Amino acid sequence: MGAWAFDPVLMVVLIPLLSAPVLALLPNYKVSARINVLAALATLLAASSLFFVERPPPGNYLLVDDLNIVFIVLNTFVAFTTSVFSASYIGHELETGKLPAPYLRFYHAMYQVLAFAMNLAFVANNLGLMWVGVEVATLTTVLMVGIYRTPAALEAAWKYFILGSVGIALALFGTILVYMAAQPVVGEGNNAMLWTVLMQNVAAFDPALLNLAFVFLLLGYGTKMGLAPLHAWLPDAHAEGPTPISAVLSGLLLNVALYALLRYKLLLAASPGALAPGPLMMIMGLVSLVFAAFMLYRRRDIKRLFAYSSIEHMGIITFAFGMGGVIANFAGLLHMVMHSLTKSAIFFAVGHVAQIKGTQNIADIRGLTQTHPLLGWGLVGGVLAIAGVPPMGIFMSEFLVVSSTIAHAPWLALPLVLGLLVAFGALLLRLTALAFGEPSGSTAAVKASYVPLYAHLALVLSAGLYLPPALVLWFQHVAAMLG
Amino acid sequence: MERLVFDIAHALAGGLVLVSFMMLYQDRLSALINIFAVQAVLLALSVAWQAYMQQAPHLYITAAIALLFKAIVIPVALHRIIKQLGIHREIEPVVGIGSTMFIGIGLVALSMVVMLRVTGNAAPVAREDLAFALSVILLGMLMMVTRRNAVGQVIGFMSLENGLVLAATGAKGMPLVVEISVAFSVLIAFIVIGIFLFRIRERFDTVDLSALDSHRGGQ
Repeated sequence: MGAWAFDPVLMVVLIPLLSAPVLALLPNYKVSARINVLAALATLLAASSLFFVERPPPGNYLLVDDLNIVFIVLNTFVAFTTSVFSASYIGHELETGKLPAPYLRFYHAMYQVLAFAMNLAFVANNLGLMWVGVEVATLTTVLMVGIYRTPAALEAAWKYFILGSVGIALALFGTILVYMAAQPVVGEGNNAMLWTVLMQNVAAFDPALLNLAFVFLLLGYGTKMGLAPLHAWLPDAHAEGPTPISAVLSGLLLNVALYALLRYKLLLAASPGALAPGPLMMIMGLVSLVFAAFMLYRRRDIKRLFAYSSIEHMGIITFAFGMGGVIANFAGLLHMVMHSLTKSAIFFAVGHVAQIKGTQNIADIRGLTQTHPLLGWGLVGGVLAIAGVPPMGIFMSEFLVVSSTIAHAPWLALPLVLGLLVAFGALLLRLTALAFGEPSGSTAAVKASYVPLYAHLALVLSAGLYLPPALVLWFQHVAAMLG
Repeated sequence: MERLVFDIAHALAGGLVLVSFMMLYQDRLSALINIFAVQAVLLALSVAWQAYMQQAPHLYITAAIALLFKAIVIPVALHRIIKQLGIHREIEPVVGIGSTMFIGIGLVALSMVVMLRVTGNAAPVAREDLAFALSVILLGMLMMVTRRNAVGQVIGFMSLENGLVLAATGAKGMPLVVEISVAFSVLIAFIVIGIFLFRIRERFDTVDLSALDSHRGGQ
């Protein structure tokens, strides 16, 4: 046994995988909700221990380096807090009969399969394995989006399935092209699909093939990230699925696709002959940002509103990483972490709000701070944070993105700032209606779990006020790595 | 002799593209399913030929999956589904056959130009295989866009996936090909036999997706 006995990398993947069949078999939803939380916690602990134990050397399948450790820890953390939120959310759904008990077994099992697939995509050293992780994650979320079986939920799931499948198919074609580029240099077989091997030899690859591959990968994984104009599935999927899944979709699954894209960007950047991947990403990012910012004004559904806000923020992140340079990459990383935490916190609040009021229609939700102060103010905090109000963490990362843009490409700062301001206005407009004014709808008390909501907000606030030097150093290191 | 080996590989891959074109203008679902079965048989032959050419016995598994699963099981299941739903006789309007065909020709030309130019250094078989594969993928996407019916869209997706398998087997020595083809089969099995059509059937009299559009939630 010895060193083999505790391999945190393996644990991060195996804990969710093994708990899924257990959850599928357990009939009692209260027990399985708890097991779900425990499994997520255990995965989080295993992931955090990656910081302390010596990392295993990259193998044929798994890899842990400074880049993906950030993603893994963030992913397992939000998966854990969401499972806590999910436990209280699901209890309510069962009472109102929206979700029958047998579905809950399926729901919890799928939750863990999703966690497994996302972690697999993060720790994979193999292009193919990473693709499989993204594919499984897509499939599980399709099933979960459709779980309510209402016509609208089915339509959302179908649309998500069609667009998601096309996305992953394009990504696979891109992956095959990368293999084709690598195969003459590093030889046939597994080696030509390992990140570690590819990164060392990429300078000798055929740049034309790499360029073409990147276009497919950008379109494929960009669909999964919800970048405009490939975003059509995202608002529907967010609005019609269970809210914990909306939180996971926005906070985590978009990051998985982003991570895949970043890996390929690194690969292309290391090849001297290939096209610079940055400008393509910057264009898609800016278009998503501006488009989503204007779309925010016309939303009537509260979950759709925040889904469009996710498109907006993925646009900012893609833009920042596309621009490159230490400051912009640092800002992109920080923004990604802040967005995941804030957006999932918002969905925690929105989930309970929609349950109390029995509607997702913004016009029917009024005066939350009066009727449900804890929930209402939590939502206010979350929306202020996501809109980029100082001193929240998102303000800081957006500030860094803007200042870095002014330094690198001043004329791009104009649409960027415009998009940010438009989104800011739209969110505050909606927020005042939701949180203040004459209360409307049901004022029933709710058994909500406020801990995940406020824990996330506290983290976002404290990141805006003070970033620990160790974290800054770590992010700077990763930012430099991203080039 | 070697020349002949290549020619057969090209003929099979080219046949896949041709069958993709045939799918574009089918206006009956049952005919569409039959044509898809033909494409799956061609894919199986093509993959088996690659397995022979590359002396890669594991590719025979992929070929067997294509033959058993996609050429037999899925078409039979789809025929039963459309019969149960009572849409096996219906004629599905395919938006403008002429313009669809023209777009299809454009897509094939595009993929030829792009792939042949870009893959100058790759092995000749792989080169043309990839160009054909990209054509099949793009035609599959075109079919998904032009069909309004859920069964038609699934077939479009499966034909797109045939193109992917063709590309993956053409890339010599690519690992995980068998695993990926199994993963795709699972995905398709999920979708086809499973929940979606079943659920949509439960709530609607038709699987036409335009019926679903009216149920979109508030914007």
